[in-house]
Amino acid sequence: MKNGVAITGMGITSALGYGIEANYNSLILNNHGLSFPEILNTKHLNLPVGEIKKSNVELQNELQLTGGHSYTRAALLAISAVKEAIAIANLNKEQLTKTGLISGSSVGGIDATEEFYNEYESSSENRRFIRAQHPGFTTSKIGEYFQINGYTTTISTACSSGANAIMMGARLIRSGKLERVIVGGTDCLTKFTLNGFNSLKILSENFCKPFDDHRDGLNLGEGAAFLVLEADHLLQGKKVLGRISGYGNSNDAFHQTASSETGEGAFLAMEKALQISALQASDIDYINAHGTATKNNDLSESVAIKRMFGENIPAFSSTKTFTGHTLAAAGALEAVFSILSLQNDKQFANLNFSEAMLETKLVPVTSVRSVRMQHILSNSFGFGGNCTSLIFSKNG
Amino acid sequence: MGRSIFINGFSGISAQTEEALFNNEPLVYTSNIFHAVPANYKEIVPAMALRRMSKAIKMGITAAKNALLEANVNLPDAIITATGEGCKHDTEKFLETVLEQKEELLAPTSFIQSTHNTVGGQIALNLNCTGYNLTYTQEDISLESAFIDAMLLLEEDLDVNAVLVGSVDEVSPKITSFSYLNNFLKKEEIQNLELFDQNSAGTITSEGAFFFVLSAEKKINSDVEIVAISTFKEKDAINISREIHKFLVTNNCLVEDLDIVLLGKNGDRNQDVIYEILEKGLFLNSNVLVYKHLVGDFNTVTGFAIWLACKIFKNNYIPNVLKLNTVSSQNPKLALLYNLSQDNTTHSLILVQKV
Amino acid sequence: MSDLRTELKKSIIEQLNLEELSIEEIDNDDSLFGDGLGLDSIDALELIVLLEKDYGIKLTDPYQGKEIFISINKMAEYIETHRTK
Repeated sequence: MKNGVAITGMGITSALGYGIEANYNSLILNNHGLSFPEILNTKHLNLPVGEIKKSNVELQNELQLTGGHSYTRAALLAISAVKEAIAIANLNKEQLTKTGLISGSSVGGIDATEEFYNEYESSSENRRFIRAQHPGFTTSKIGEYFQINGYTTTISTACSSGANAIMMGARLIRSGKLERVIVGGTDCLTKFTLNGFNSLKILSENFCKPFDDHRDGLNLGEGAAFLVLEADHLLQGKKVLGRISGYGNSNDAFHQTASSETGEGAFLAMEKALQISALQASDIDYINAHGTATKNNDLSESVAIKRMFGENIPAFSSTKTFTGHTLAAAGALEAVFSILSLQNDKQFANLNFSEAMLETKLVPVTSVRSVRMQHILSNSFGFGGNCTSLIFSKNG
Repeated sequence: MGRSIFINGFSGISAQTEEALFNNEPLVYTSNIFHAVPANYKEIVPAMALRRMSKAIKMGITAAKNALLEANVNLPDAIITATGEGCKHDTEKFLETVLEQKEELLAPTSFIQSTHNTVGGQIALNLNCTGYNLTYTQEDISLESAFIDAMLLLEEDLDVNAVLVGSVDEVSPKITSFSYLNNFLKKEEIQNLELFDQNSAGTITSEGAFFFVLSAEKKINSDVEIVAISTFKEKDAINISREIHKFLVTNNCLVEDLDIVLLGKNGDRNQDVIYEILEKGLFLNSNVLVYKHLVGDFNTVTGFAIWLACKIFKNNYIPNVLKLNTVSSQNPKLALLYNLSQDNTTHSLILVQKV
Repeated sequence: MSDLRTELKKSIIEQLNLEELSIEEIDNDDSLFGDGLGLDSIDALELIVLLEKDYGIKLTDPYQGKEIFISINKMAEYIETHRTK
């Protein structure tokens, strides 16, 4: 018998605000968090982003970190999310030393590299950030801050990293290898990624319109979200926020950046997730879609959803219209949103939608709705063909 | 309870060749940063695909495909890749262009290929493999994380027959050279084979790709069983020995049973102190081997150590250049690989056995 | 006029790392994508940057490239009428 995977804590920092409550309130009031770059030092001030309006200095002061530390922005955002998750799960110091930590990040601390790249050789002042470029370092710093000494690792599969970190944590609990693990993802806005996506010509100058026929690209965002996962035998009356009942991982094996026309990878990921959960497609009440609002993703994902669900397509929406695409953190943010959906029986709006795409004619949820739900599917797909689907369920 | 897991094919690209090592004529380098001996990439990767590839991608795909070839597997069920610092070359190229051209007129190729999952994705693309695909990047235990996942996968799902697991890390002109500035590399250039005679801070570095085909099925070409992999965090030297002992006991053996102990000693004064406590204590009577004077230290260098252990078993021969003491072992069968992370916090243990 | 075509071939070979090809091997009417040179969508994005960098032509919609990057001749014709430098 496989062990169950209970979610006992969660925390989030996004353009919607600090913490679960701020994020939830924005979601049910249709208050998106998109704006234009103020903190990120970039030329592209015309590109909307889901930016957290706090400088690194402000973030560091809130955590009472003094100068000379090597926490980069992604680590700082992650720490505030992990803090909230730990508080909700009510974990003590002793428990944390034996807890695992699996985080997803795509670019780690490359924001430090782009800032100091041309001065490392001439000045020794910021050389402590040389190693901080790498995503594993970001995770190590999070672990160091909370003195988490259990199995610690980082997954970097571009935009599905956070979802994969959650999947891996769930697998380790199910197999009994770990009994408690903190999982999630973090990425901050950087010049590197903003210009990278811009060079691919997939950033929109408007607020993104996922699944709309006139969608013209994505908006980048930043944020961090983490869950505390625990094995059933540790619960002992503890409040369970929800459960991870399924996960599926597959590769589209089609193109380095583009998704296939048949949505093969996405389809396989959803199919595997259903298999693991032992649920039928008809049991899924709502899909928190990947829905980046690029021409390519939304079509491919829609085709995959149609293949998976046939005529009975569940309600779906992309919450990237609220937060922007937070890359490695996206799967983790959307995991938190999925649990909030389950806890409150709410389906969140896919903002900015007006016209269904010709090819599939699928219409997402366009205003927040109250519906009793039991199971939610969350999709995350990334460059390199990495596709992951997670299924979240109500406890009991 | 767990299934036995075998390495049914393996391949490595590094700064050394099998021939050089097993003829006891290791390749000599005089810079603290040196490169892998190029493989014949053209034989493995189509020219139109090859034209854009950085060395990391070329090395990764080539090692992966050679390992599959040796294992006689066309399509693995899963591809799990590890990289400490990712596709540094393309990262560096794109970053420099962003900075130099002030965010204007940027071509996307180097950005596309800069993501850490580039190699894992490219292998999937090359093999048309839609199976499980993941990339780990946890500094010095990136490859260990990939192996832990691979072994779990084989345990969880009895339908999984072959898992391709491996690592890649490359040298890039600028970012690798930053390692001179943060004391990772020795300040003075040394000759690699003299790494352990320095008594100074820092080490040397190179690059490589190492891929392994794991299966629960024992075949004629199964040379090595991968018994266990574990990582732990610990600062106290006595506790390190205790953890290693515990790991061995969990896997039904004792230090005395080990025919080979492969240490990740890297010539850095601060690290060597910790290794020396083990050499003079726990491993006093063991046949202790070292390898970082051959390929330097980098995040996924334990791939080279596993590759080396596999070659030693296969050739039934231990090259003299690896030996740190005079303890010898005829017909080596059981090897423990121990490595310490560059920041002295995280330890890796890998136990492999000749089939 | 043919100078522009030669210049284009040279920069395409360089920009897209087509080291195996020489200028002589590319015919002015060869299709650049598919069965011809076998370029792909990533190359198309590289070509958009090339147009802007070398000839001051800015394409906002990447799909526009499809009608321009048909062959060296088509590209040259487009550049001749739209170039700003």
